[in-house]
Amino acid sequence: MEPSSNSAPGSPRPEDIKAIPVRHPGRWVTVAILAVLVAMGVHAAVFAKVQRGNSSDGRLQWDIVGKYLFTHVIFEGLKVTIELTVIAMVIGVVGGVLLAVMRLSDNPILSGISWVYLWFFRGTPVLVQLYFWYNISYIFPPTTNGTHKTLSVGVPFGPEFIHFDPNKLITSFVAASIGLGLNEAAYMAEIVRAGLLSVDYGQTEAGQSLGMSRFLIMRRVVLPQAMRVIIPPTGNETISMLKTSSLASAITVGEVLLAAQNIYARTYQTIPLLTVASIWYLIVTSVLMTGQYYVERYYARGRVRELPPTPWQRIKGLVITRHALPPAAVDLEAVTGVGLLGGPSKR
Amino acid sequence: MTQPMVLAENVHKRFGAVTVLSGIDLEVQAGEVMVIIGPSGSGKTTFLRCINHLEQVNAGRLSVDGELVGYRESNGKLYELRDSEVARKRAEIGMVFQHFNLFPHMTVLQNIVEAPVKVKKVGRPEAERIARELLSKVGLGDRADAYPSQLSGGQKQRVAIARALAMEPKLMLFDEPTSALDPELVGEVLDVMKQLARDGMTMVVVTHEIGFAREVGDKLVFMDGGVVVEAGDPREVLANPQHERTKAFLSKVL
Repeated sequence: MEPSSNSAPGSPRPEDIKAIPVRHPGRWVTVAILAVLVAMGVHAAVFAKVQRGNSSDGRLQWDIVGKYLFTHVIFEGLKVTIELTVIAMVIGVVGGVLLAVMRLSDNPILSGISWVYLWFFRGTPVLVQLYFWYNISYIFPPTTNGTHKTLSVGVPFGPEFIHFDPNKLITSFVAASIGLGLNEAAYMAEIVRAGLLSVDYGQTEAGQSLGMSRFLIMRRVVLPQAMRVIIPPTGNETISMLKTSSLASAITVGEVLLAAQNIYARTYQTIPLLTVASIWYLIVTSVLMTGQYYVERYYARGRVRELPPTPWQRIKGLVITRHALPPAAVDLEAVTGVGLLGGPSKR
Repeated sequence: MTQPMVLAENVHKRFGAVTVLSGIDLEVQAGEVMVIIGPSGSGKTTFLRCINHLEQVNAGRLSVDGELVGYRESNGKLYELRDSEVARKRAEIGMVFQHFNLFPHMTVLQNIVEAPVKVKKVGRPEAERIARELLSKVGLGDRADAYPSQLSGGQKQRVAIARALAMEPKLMLFDEPTSALDPELVGEVLDVMKQLARDGMTMVVVTHEIGFAREVGDKLVFMDGGVVVEAGDPREVLANPQHERTKAFLSKVL
């Protein structure tokens, strides 16, 4: 590993090159322009006052934002937003995997069903789909059976299997979960399909030659490798779903946007409350992005010889190498490296 | 007369309009090593892939250990086999690929125990014991926990051989196992294959390694244009080829 060992024996290692770096005057101009723009933005957002009625007031009214940011009503709404996102994504991912496998299957009936599903759910706006689910009892009106209303599922003109009251079963929350989830499944199906197709066909053949069944090859060989391609856009979809779930406010689901709307409908403090909702969306998105980073790292195992250190490991590494180890030992560590998933490497 | 392990009778294979195999007749007895050589496009790899039904034969009969590949015969009619029946037959035939096709998301040990545990339902501790034995047999006893990306090409191919052997196959197929390797790494893979041949494994090997054919082959087959041009004892065929096409090919590779 010593570079001098490659050159002729006896010739001393030359000194490191000390050259004058290229100057970048354009960067300073850019920085100056940016600084002015940022100062304008901060002034407008924080310091500037406007005349509202008899009093002068901050443009974004941060005092009101602060007052509502941690209120119980907003937290309740945030809880519903997160529940809705999680449920819709679970339906979306499970449905997406099923649809993708169906689409790629040899069975023309299965791939046909999958195609029609995608055509329908990607071809209509999700807001309209939500309205449909919310008004499902308009399409399937319950028949009054004595005192309670029922709807039954069965073969047309044949036997009926299940009876239920649609107004009780399909609450607005259930309607939103189903609507967002089934719509998401159509998009996830394309993502999963791209992932499955990205895995080399030799992997399938290796599984086949070992006597593995199609299902086993899919579950143990192809899908885990497809995950590397599937995860990043799925993270994207999750973040997107978090925000799309705000559409559920249109069918009276009490998520964070509706919670904010309910307050400003009373107080007319529209902008500060929308700011409150936006701040919470930003916070949850940041958490999701961090989670995505670690999930991606996990599925990269075996693909790269050594995983790059996490930001946390990088900070720890800096502290330890700077303070605990002499320079020679640092070099040694760079050569030995850290094995996969942080374990010591075997060489 | 003993039943041949592989019996090909007038086997034809087409890909669309292209005929790749036009009438292959071959026989491999149990315990024999058959080496198939020939220029690229001669159909040798396709023939090998037909043996474990990665490709479907269009005409003629191909059987392994007395059973037709891919079909069941009853009352003079052929019935296509179900996926599960094909899988059961493939489990008895080991295959080694040119590009290894190891599972990159599994460690070496996981690669080897996967099929015995999930397909043959061998207990995991038992499967791991066998896997470690096989690994030391191919000279990689210390790399059980490595991922394939951390191995050299020769090491990967030796793991692939161990993975196939873990299913205790009655027949091993090798599809140009050394063609993707650096010249320096070819020897270590051939050594493992030679040992396997000495242990009595029935093998069909598609390769360009003439030395291997001469040393361990019981039968050498030269294919070109989808037919067997010449077949016989490797030492005789190599020293005294009868056919012009064989002479021309050998003069280039020897």
